Amino acid sequence: MTVTPLGIPRRLLEFTLDGEPVRAPEGSTILDACRAAGKDIPTLCEGDTLTPKNACRVCVVEVEGSRTLVPACSRKAEAGMEVRTGSERARHSRKVVLELLASSVDLSTTPRVAEWLKEYEAKPDRFGPDAARVNEEPRVDNDLYVRDYGKCILCYKCVDACGDQWQNSFAISVAGRGFDARIAVEHDAPLTDSACVYCGNCIEVCPTGALSFKSEFDMRAAGTWDESRQTRTTTVCAYCGVGCNLTLHVQDNEIVKVTSPHDNPVTHGNLCIKGRFGYQHVQSRD
Amino acid sequence: MDLRFGDSKPTDEERAAVDALLGPPESSWEGADRSDADLRWARGGRAARDRRDLLLPGLHALNDRVGWISEGGLDYLCRRLTVPPSEAYGVATFYAMFSVRPRPATVLHVCTDLACAAAGAPKLCEAVETRLGPESGVKVERSPCLGLCERAPAALVVRAGEDAARATAGGGTPRATAVSAPATPDAVVRAALAPENAPEEPAAAVAVPQAPDPDLLLLGRVGTVDPAGLDDYRAHGGYTALRRAFALGPAGVIREVTDSGLLGRGGAAFPTGRKWQATASQPDHPHYLVCNADESEPGTFKDRVLMEGDPYALVEAMTIAAYATGARHGYLYLRGEYPRALERMGHAIAQARARGLLGDDILGQGFSFDIEIRRGAGAYICGEETALFNSIEGYRGEPRSKPPFPVEKGLFGRPTVANNVETLVNVLPVLTLGAQAYAAIGTGASTGPKLFCVSGSVDRPGIYELPFGATLGELLELAGVRDGLRAVLLGGAAGGFVRPDELDIPLTFEGTRAAGATLGSGVVMALDDTVPLPRLLLRIAEFFRDESCGQCVPCRVGTVRQEEALHRIAERTGADAAADITLLREVGRAMRDASICGLGQTAWNAVESAIDRLGAYE
Repeated sequence: MTVTPLGIPRRLLEFTLDGEPVRAPEGSTILDACRAAGKDIPTLCEGDTLTPKNACRVCVVEVEGSRTLVPACSRKAEAGMEVRTGSERARHSRKVVLELLASSVDLSTTPRVAEWLKEYEAKPDRFGPDAARVNEEPRVDNDLYVRDYGKCILCYKCVDACGDQWQNSFAISVAGRGFDARIAVEHDAPLTDSACVYCGNCIEVCPTGALSFKSEFDMRAAGTWDESRQTRTTTVCAYCGVGCNLTLHVQDNEIVKVTSPHDNPVTHGNLCIKGRFGYQHVQSRD
Repeated sequence: MDLRFGDSKPTDEERAAVDALLGPPESSWEGADRSDADLRWARGGRAARDRRDLLLPGLHALNDRVGWISEGGLDYLCRRLTVPPSEAYGVATFYAMFSVRPRPATVLHVCTDLACAAAGAPKLCEAVETRLGPESGVKVERSPCLGLCERAPAALVVRAGEDAARATAGGGTPRATAVSAPATPDAVVRAALAPENAPEEPAAAVAVPQAPDPDLLLLGRVGTVDPAGLDDYRAHGGYTALRRAFALGPAGVIREVTDSGLLGRGGAAFPTGRKWQATASQPDHPHYLVCNADESEPGTFKDRVLMEGDPYALVEAMTIAAYATGARHGYLYLRGEYPRALERMGHAIAQARARGLLGDDILGQGFSFDIEIRRGAGAYICGEETALFNSIEGYRGEPRSKPPFPVEKGLFGRPTVANNVETLVNVLPVLTLGAQAYAAIGTGASTGPKLFCVSGSVDRPGIYELPFGATLGELLELAGVRDGLRAVLLGGAAGGFVRPDELDIPLTFEGTRAAGATLGSGVVMALDDTVPLPRLLLRIAEFFRDESCGQCVPCRVGTVRQEEALHRIAERTGADAAADITLLREVGRAMRDASICGLGQTAWNAVESAIDRLGAYE
C-alpha cells in the first residue's frame, strides 16, 4: 500500500502578490504561491523533483525592499512581503536573460521558450551575427543517450540529479569557469570511461533537450520525430520487485523513449538503466 | 559512497606530494598496496569525506610539485579523500592557477590589468613572450591584477618543485617564487629562468609612502616592526588589544566594536559589530571565523601590505574576533598570488602558536583558538564570502544564494563571521583607544582611519592611511598626482570613474555614495591621457568575463555580450556607438538586477560611470 504522507499542518503566511493579498503555507516559495494564484512565471532551472539551483534567473520577481530582484523558485514566501511579478523591472531582466540564452545556445527543443520569447518581446539577434555561442558538436559516444552541449544552458539539474539529490553516482560536474564552463565527466573523458551508470535520470530533468535518448536524437536528425504521433502508456517495469512506473513513448509501434511520472511515489521520475533503456526485447519481432 | 576511480596511476612524485599533505594511505581503499586486511573491511567513508576541505590544499600540493594536475594525480587525491573524480575535476578547472593539461614547471604571470597596462604591461608582455619561447621551459600567462600596483608593471614567477629542504637533500629542484616589480623584460626573464636567485623584493614599507609614522593607527608598525619578530611586535604595542579584550569579555568587545561604528572595509561597508553580534548569538555551534584575504579587486593591495608588514596584527585581531564571536577555529583565506604574505603569515601563526598566543588556553584565559591558512588559486569570485566558503570546503568557488546569510549558515553550514583583513586590523585601535576615541576619528557615519590604494599617474603610489573625510583631492596631492589627470577610478573594477573636476568628493562611504561613486575596497587609480579610455574599459570587461564563475545566466553571458559590444565601439563615438551603448545599458541593468552575487551586480558599474560621467564614446 502506498501511503502519501500529509505532513504536519503548516501555518499560512499572508503577503501581497501583485497588489492582491494571498495566503501560502509556511515554507513554500514565491513560485509556489504564484502558481497557486494562477500566475505563469517562466522557469528553466527549476524542476519539480529537484531543489532549484536558481542559476537561470528567468523567474526573477521584484520584492519590496530588496536591492536586487529575487528568484521566485527558491526565495521562500514571508509574511508581509510585497511581491511584484509583472513589473517593468522584472520583465526587463527576464527578457534580457531569455535573449542572452537564446543568443548563446540552441533553444529549439526547449518547451515553451518560443512562447516566452514572444511574450517578452525578446530579440536575441540584436547581439549581432558575431555573438559568441556555445558551439559544440553533439557528443555521441554511446548507444543510449547523447549530450548536445550546443543546447546546454548550465541549469545544474543533471548534475544535481546525478549527484546527491537522486542518483549519487557523481558522474558529472560543472568544469571550467564562466562562459567556458561545461558539464563534464572527470578529465572530460567520453561517457564510457566515466562513472556514469546510464540511469538516464539526467535526461529526465534536462529542460532543453541537451540530453536526449539516442533514439530521439537520431529521429530528430532524420526528421521523423513527431510528438503528435506518439502515445504514452504508463505501466510497471517488469525487471525487479521495486515496481517503478514506466511511461513508454511509442511512435509508429516502436518505443522511442521511456520516462517515469514525476509524481510517482516510487520513482519520483527516476529509473535505472534497465527500466530506462532496456526495452529492446519488447520490440524484437524475431 | 560507491565511487568509481579511473585506472590512471599517480607518479611517485604526485603520490609523495599528496602523502606529504595527508599522511601515508592506511589501506588499499585509499590507494596503498592491498593487504589481507583490506579484504575484510573498508576504511574511508564518512571519516574521509569529512576531509573534503583538503581537496584544494591537495590540488595545490600536486600543482606545487609538478606544475600541473594529471589524471593519475587527481584520481589518487580523490581516492584519498573519497571525492568523486568528476567533482574534483570541476574544482581543479575552476581555478586559473591550476592546469589539467601538461605545462612547464615554471609559470610566469605577467599582470596586464589596469595599473600595469597604464605602466606599459602590453609591451612588457610582448617582449617577454618573444624571449621566452616554448623551448625556454617557461609558460607565460597574462594575468589579472597581481596586487602590486604601486610597483607596476608587475610579474610573478611560480616554479613547481619539491619543498626546499627535501630538494637540497635529494638534489631536486625546489619550489620557488619570485616577484619582479617594477618589471623590465630583462629582469623578468632572469627571474623566470632562475626564480631562486631573483633579487629580494623591496620591504613592504616601500609601499607605504607615509612610513615610518608611528601615529598611523593601521600602518604605524609597517616599516618599524620586524615582520618576523613576535617580541618586536609586542614591544611596539602588540597584544595590548587582546588583553583589553579579555578584560572586557566577549559581549564587551562586541559592544566596543558596535559603538565604534566600524564598517566593513572589504567593499560592502556592513557594520562589523552587528555582524559579530549576529554570529555570537547563534545557538548552533561550532562558530567559525573567516578572514577574507583573497584581495583580488584590480588596484587593491592594502591587505598584502598589512600582512607583509605587520602580520602579527592580523593574528591578534583574528584572535579577538574569534573570542568575541565564540569561534574556536579560524581560516585565513589568502590569495594564491601573494607568496610573501603567505610566508609571513605562516611564520607569524607558527610563532604565535609556539608562544601560547594561539592554541589552547591563550594567555591563561581558558580561551582556545587556532588559525589555518587556506591558499586561493586564482579566482576573483572567491573574494565573495559564500564563494570563499565553498572554496574552503572543497567545492567550486561559486557563490551561494542568500538568505541564509553567513552569520546563520556559513562555512560548513555553521554560523560564520567573515571579515576583511583591514576590517579586522581596525579592531586593534578600537580596543586600545576605546570606542569613543575611535569613533571621534573620521566622520559621523564613517568612523576611523581608512587605507587607500593609490596607483597610476602619481609620483608616490602606495597605501595611504587617512581618517575618513579627507577629500579625493587631498589624497591625490599627498600622492603627488601628475599633470594631465583624465579620470580617477574609485573602488576598483567594480567601482566607478570620477572626473578631475570632482576632486572635492569626501572619501567617506556616505560622501562617495552621495556623489554617485563608491569607495569599494579603497582603490584610487589616477589615469592620465596616455592610455585611451576605451581600451581600459575593454580591459575591465575582459576581467569580468574571465572571472565570472558561470553559475547564473545574466553574468555568464552578460559579461561576454558586454565585452563584445565594447570591442565593437572601441574605435567609435557618437551616433555610431549609440546602439551598442543602449545594448550595454540594457544588459547591464539585467546583470545588476538579476545576478546572484556582487560580481555580476557590479560588473557594469565602471563602464557605466565612464559613459555617464566621463563622456566616453561621445
